[in-house]
Amino acid sequence: MDTALTRAGKKRLKPGVRLFLGILPFIVAYAVFCYLPLTGWRYAFYDYKPGRQLSDCTFVGFRYFTSMFQNPVSRRELFRVLRNTVVMSSLNYLTSFLPMFLAILLNEVKNRRYRKFVQTVTTIPNFISWILVFAMATAMFSVESGAVNRMLREFGIIDKGLNILGTSDHVWLFMLLLQIWKGLGWSSVIYMAAINGIDQELYEAVAIDGGNRFQKIRYITIPGLLPTYVTLLIIGLGNFLNMGMEQFLVFQNAFNKDKVEILSLYTYNVGLVGNNISRGTAIGMMQSVIALLLLCTTNAVSGKVRDEKVF
Amino acid sequence: MTYYGGSDVKRKSKIKTKKSAADMAFDSVNLIFLGLFAIACIYPFYYILINSVSNNKLVELGKIVLLPKGIHFNNFSDVLKIQGLNHAVFISVARTVVGTCISILSCTVLGYAMTRQELWHRKFWYRFMIVTMYFGAGLIPGYLNIKRLGLMNTFGVYVVPCLIGPYNMILVKTYIESIPQSLEESALMDGAGYLTRLMRIIVPLSKPILATIVLFSVVGQWNAYMDTVLYTSGTRLQTLQSILYQYLNSSRQLAEMITKSGMVSEQMLMQSANLQSARHTMTMVTIIPILMVYPFIQRYYVKGVMIGAVKG
Repeated sequence: MDTALTRAGKKRLKPGVRLFLGILPFIVAYAVFCYLPLTGWRYAFYDYKPGRQLSDCTFVGFRYFTSMFQNPVSRRELFRVLRNTVVMSSLNYLTSFLPMFLAILLNEVKNRRYRKFVQTVTTIPNFISWILVFAMATAMFSVESGAVNRMLREFGIIDKGLNILGTSDHVWLFMLLLQIWKGLGWSSVIYMAAINGIDQELYEAVAIDGGNRFQKIRYITIPGLLPTYVTLLIIGLGNFLNMGMEQFLVFQNAFNKDKVEILSLYTYNVGLVGNNISRGTAIGMMQSVIALLLLCTTNAVSGKVRDEKVF
Repeated sequence: MTYYGGSDVKRKSKIKTKKSAADMAFDSVNLIFLGLFAIACIYPFYYILINSVSNNKLVELGKIVLLPKGIHFNNFSDVLKIQGLNHAVFISVARTVVGTCISILSCTVLGYAMTRQELWHRKFWYRFMIVTMYFGAGLIPGYLNIKRLGLMNTFGVYVVPCLIGPYNMILVKTYIESIPQSLEESALMDGAGYLTRLMRIIVPLSKPILATIVLFSVVGQWNAYMDTVLYTSGTRLQTLQSILYQYLNSSRQLAEMITKSGMVSEQMLMQSANLQSARHTMTMVTIIPILMVYPFIQRYYVKGVMIGAVKG
């Protein structure tokens, strides 16, 4: 009787609803891991002390937000961190043409084997963790035993090892170079695919008109890749402040902290290392809201520019 | 699209152009430049490899630059004796296996469901998941959330979040959409339910994209480090990555202390030599699994990137 009833009830459910019930556990997971944390934003409005209940803490309203700007010390801190973030993001932006450049150069290599070799080898670093990048950077650049320092000393170019990992001089450039080392090969894959998508007849047309290979690159390849480039640029703009912190967390030390502390790392250092949950939440919240605004703007812009919204 | 950069067959144009001097110069500069970049990418890997298998004394003196000398594999067995390393390897492997299974399950089921037009409020639920790619509550609220869920210091914190993977979900969805509808319809005629259709028809046909996601997930889980830092404490859940990082920092400090102190006794030198070799060896142990799956990654990755790019 009971089973007959449930079976009858199941029969009446529309297939679409039944399917929904099937994916409900996964939807719940999204709600729990992606939306439930939003309730944590209320910590920014209380003077929360770890170990206590939130209800026992005093409500402070927007104090943590206003103090970020009014208190001279924390204002200076915030501006320093924002400067680091903007500088790193901008450097990324300025070098964002490099993958396209590499793809064009690779495409000009006639020897198929050589091209494949270069591509295979340059893509590997993308798949190792920042910890491993750090391990390699240590092996290459540590003051006494680093391979690069040793070589430079051997050739008499320097007499004391350069302390690249433990200084704040040029640390932005160093971080950028590491990012390029890790990501360039992989990022160029998408442009290689785009080059393959370019109509070969266009090249033949240029050849018939007597154009050389530079003109082919200039008039066919680059214009063919620009749409991809612009798309990626727009998506990147939406994530201008959301740079991953792992690299900076791994490479930070007492000497370079001033310059490598980007926004998300700062949030971590304040909130979890410094145990100031409320302040950390407030900073993170501002970052989320600014990121959302940026995303909406770029989404609207991309809707205008290429008739396609990001989402 | 099966392989990247294979356009030279097509590119051979009928018209023969004479190679000019500028062409030749460009070609050689290009080849040299790309070669140098390739060396810059691969040399650190090679350097660590040859240093991990060479004579420890020579490693300490910095004599191992191009070729290994005095090859021995004792470092590998020594390193495995480091306290907690075996356990860390176990945790790393376990999280990779379990996490990959969970993320495949999630993105297959969700990706498939999102291709079915009849799904209840399909568009809404699709957006519901996609938005999470661009907008999150932030680091600290996420941390508090994990804490409230009771996942702190549990193995679950490594694998349960694998349920979330909007990007992979899009990849699967896009791929399934390219499978002819008629195949599924014929099964529907035979009275097959959703689960049967998914398991019998969709999954076997989606193997390439599922393989891509398996590889991405394996690499991601093996390399993961942030969750260890944020959500675990103590050594019980330490992964290979975190133990390596710890070791790198402490051994560098120790090595520099030894060299700076000036009183280089034989014993100290030995210790320092072994430290360096151990560092290289541990790094090697952490890289090897990545290098092992890399050939497979190569076979599939362009597909993944291209589908992802189309969908932004």
